[in-house]
Amino acid sequence: MDQPSVQPAPVHAPPQGFLWKYVFSLDHKTIGKQYYGLALVAVFIGMGLSWLMRFHLVWPNKAIPGLELISKVGAPGGVITPEYYLSLLTMHGTLMVFFVLTNAPFAAFGNYFLPIQIGAEDMAFPRFNMMSFWVTFSAFLVLVLAFFIPDGPPISGWTAYAPMSAVGSDAGPGLGWGQNLWAISIALFCAGSLLGALNFIATTIDLRAKGMTFMRMPICTWAWFITSCIALLAFAVLLPACILLILDRTAGTSFFIPSGLVVSDKLQPHSGGSPLLWQHLFWFFGHPEVYIAILPAAGIVSHILINSMRKPLLSAKVIIYSMMSIGFLSYMVWGHHMFLSGMNPVSALAFSFPTLTITIPATLLTLIWIGSLYGANLRLDAASLFALGFISMFVTGGVSGFFLAQPSLDIYLHGTYFVVGHFHMVMGVAAIFGVFSATYFWFGKMTGHMMNETLGRLHFWFTFIGTYCIFMPFHYLGLVGNIRRYSSFVDDFMGPLMPLHKFITIAALITGASQFIFLFNLIYSRFKGPKAPDNPWQATSLEWTVSSPPPWNNFGDKHPIVYHDPYQYGVKGSKGDYIMQDSPEQSTGSA
Amino acid sequence: MSTTPHPQVRASTSAEASHSGVWVGIFAITMSFVAFTSALFVREGTSGDWAHLTLPTILYWNTLALIASSFTLEMSRRSIFVGREFRSGVERAGSGWLIVTLALGLVFVAGQLAAWSQLSAQGLYLATNPNSSFFYVLTAAHALHVLGGILAMAWLVRLRLGRLTTMRRRTFESTAIYWHFMGALWIYLLIILRTKL
Amino acid sequence: MGKFFAVVLVIIALASAYPIVTHKYVPPVDISTHGHSIDEQLADTMAEAGLAFLGAQLLLAFFIWKFSGRKEGERVSAIPGGARIMVAAAFILVGTEVLALGVFGQKAWAAVYFTPPAADALQVQAQAGQFAFYFRYPGPDGKFGPLHPDKIDEGNANFFGLDPANDVEARDDVVAAEMAIPVNKEIHLLMHAKDVGHSFYVRELRIQQDFVPGLDLSLHFTATKIGKYEIVCTQLCGLGHYNMKAYLNVLSQEDFDKWMKEKISEQ
Repeated sequence: MDQPSVQPAPVHAPPQGFLWKYVFSLDHKTIGKQYYGLALVAVFIGMGLSWLMRFHLVWPNKAIPGLELISKVGAPGGVITPEYYLSLLTMHGTLMVFFVLTNAPFAAFGNYFLPIQIGAEDMAFPRFNMMSFWVTFSAFLVLVLAFFIPDGPPISGWTAYAPMSAVGSDAGPGLGWGQNLWAISIALFCAGSLLGALNFIATTIDLRAKGMTFMRMPICTWAWFITSCIALLAFAVLLPACILLILDRTAGTSFFIPSGLVVSDKLQPHSGGSPLLWQHLFWFFGHPEVYIAILPAAGIVSHILINSMRKPLLSAKVIIYSMMSIGFLSYMVWGHHMFLSGMNPVSALAFSFPTLTITIPATLLTLIWIGSLYGANLRLDAASLFALGFISMFVTGGVSGFFLAQPSLDIYLHGTYFVVGHFHMVMGVAAIFGVFSATYFWFGKMTGHMMNETLGRLHFWFTFIGTYCIFMPFHYLGLVGNIRRYSSFVDDFMGPLMPLHKFITIAALITGASQFIFLFNLIYSRFKGPKAPDNPWQATSLEWTVSSPPPWNNFGDKHPIVYHDPYQYGVKGSKGDYIMQDSPEQSTGSA
Repeated sequence: MSTTPHPQVRASTSAEASHSGVWVGIFAITMSFVAFTSALFVREGTSGDWAHLTLPTILYWNTLALIASSFTLEMSRRSIFVGREFRSGVERAGSGWLIVTLALGLVFVAGQLAAWSQLSAQGLYLATNPNSSFFYVLTAAHALHVLGGILAMAWLVRLRLGRLTTMRRRTFESTAIYWHFMGALWIYLLIILRTKL
Repeated sequence: MGKFFAVVLVIIALASAYPIVTHKYVPPVDISTHGHSIDEQLADTMAEAGLAFLGAQLLLAFFIWKFSGRKEGERVSAIPGGARIMVAAAFILVGTEVLALGVFGQKAWAAVYFTPPAADALQVQAQAGQFAFYFRYPGPDGKFGPLHPDKIDEGNANFFGLDPANDVEARDDVVAAEMAIPVNKEIHLLMHAKDVGHSFYVRELRIQQDFVPGLDLSLHFTATKIGKYEIVCTQLCGLGHYNMKAYLNVLSQEDFDKWMKEKISEQ
């Protein structure tokens, strides 16, 4: 199993013609960039939606000029209605979780770098790969279409709980065609992700170069491989769930809708279904999904940190096994989203234990990262700054999870801003930091031009400080009982909390604005950035043995032979303190 | 080394990796049907409206067709290969059996459509009761995957009969594994339909 | 720059901990019999999480301070103990903490869910619908009349869909828009969802539970302080979700009896 079973052979001919080269490309590198581009568009839309939400929360009656052009019904005169707020919330969550956090760290960077890092010419199934991107892209189009239909996007949250999401437009605006488009979009997204995961797994198993044993794969490759295994099972469950939801909505079935519901004075013609069934199916996908969001970032950060520290991690094996355990445990904990859902309270305890247990591998990851910094020769640049920032965010986001894992505490904290703070810290910040770190590290390799370091550091400081300013206060709000998913705060005790909300909104606007530094850097550097050498970071893995950008078949006419793991730093090698994976020389001792 | 590879060599890596790919795909498909099955179990327990559905007899004939197609697939394997090697001198052999397999697959799908029209003639539609809902959903999901297998089978026939490209052993094996899996999956579903609906 | 990073990180860590340590943002006063175990557990968890948070951030800051900006080609070394110490620490420290919280943390959960309601608990039914809560008391006969969804008529204040003409038990049911209960008496709350998912949450009571359409769920609790408290919906239920609330009016037994008498005469 360790040596690949497949003899290297050209996987596809060099692409010719604009359409085949840039649009329907079979080249994993182009496909990776396409995923990145899609994620970039999605994240700026998602960020814009969050601005609208934060603005509305603290200035609910102020008009936002121009908003009535996007939605006459949702924002008449530019003032956001309660239902439009919920639409913005739903689309924000859906775009960010699916189209940003699954696409960028996993599909984009994984597609680009997994084949190169294992010494392959391309993915195992380039045509499936191309299809998976275009299916994902159509999912995006279908979702965004919901903004432009008269009834607007759905208002049921990215979690789309039944029966509200299943009974149709009686339950509220956006729940007619808006919800249909949402369900179709997510079903398409599942199909695209399944194809992608299949490709990653088959490629990793079969297409490794000579000498590239599993344990010699870089940690980020491992992370993509483990994430694909998780994704394969998770999306395979969400797809049936979406199909059943669509049937309830359009074909009159009752998978999720019980009898006797009176919605908007109308007795619903369904009976016998179970709203909890939707929750079980959704969260069986939903919890592994959040590990799909974080594990690639954790792998990428490990990869970049090793290079920035000029020394190996204390143990790459522990990192890899921890990631595997997290992946495995992720399938046992979905009920912690449902402690108060009405399911059997004994099962709450059953779900709580593995949830708390995940703390162990997560702590292991953190201790290995921080412990490895001891004795390092740490190079600080935009990429490593974001990698270090990731560790800080991972700790912060992780400890709040510790509270929510306990059913007793969840009685108080469920449905409050504490939960929102928790998942934004781990997903909205930590995982995104992984993406930023990866971008600064690999942009040169992908485009042939290096990003601007000064702008990168500026971007880091604004984002690091800014996201703490935005999301740390969410935890305080949760502790006092500020409820989430409210479009306005009319609770008696909210008055004194509004200054804190204003602080958050202003921090969000500033931090969000600073992301345009990043966008500018991306676009400017793509055309005007200094030429990228083959190995600007003195790194060891295979992507640094080829040109920037790599040739169409990655390694030209040579097929690499691998002699080392990618952790040969701090050793005496002819090129300095490191030895590349494809170099036959052995280390003569520590540098 | 030449820069433009022979078209035959182009597909080689994908074909070889198709073995892992098909098992990964089978894993995912299995997981989807596990999800449907658990939905069925939960739905049955939720409310007192679980009815009884008598399976149309044609379902059993369809089963025979699908099982037979696995046998004919193995017959084609025997004409094409000796062990893991291609038989020499019989370039197009086995394609007859492949076509029969494909035809039996089509018979299966047509038979499933017939089963649906028999049920709807009895007034049992998709939303009539939870039993009928699951019947249609499970059989439709399976039939869709069988159609995918039929397309793959057609492609195999084309490769086998074609002059420009030849069928690789791995491609045949991966398609065969998928096809047999469709049969096994159907047996499982039939048991579920029979015992739970 | 490493030193700057370390300083910023330390400031952030301390600034984050400050409001917690100074108890600036705390849950409101507990008015329940089981809430103290939740509050204790919250405090314990906060202490452990706080130590872990501060420890990790400060150590990260210290290492960045010390090990960045070194000379080119400076020798690298590994922390004494290496990975082994980390593995041991993770399993032993975190493992015991996890076990402790997991095991000892059941108390509050068990108090709410694993004890049956007292035989003489006061029964109240809450119905959640878009976008209001209504409450029903069984009245002098002690029995709730059956619900008929097709008879719901909000215009005529028949929120529950009662049919007093045909159902004897429904005739004396008391329906109110606020939930009045006597202090120090166990309440058995029956929960019914009219349309979509909702949730019942009273912060001061340390009680929260979803309403699930199609499921008969219930809770029991005892309020220990007289006062008016908000009941808010915490399950996204539509455009009026933000405004869906009612009041829990905890009264002395005397005042409650008066209130009930008034309500009965109003029906």
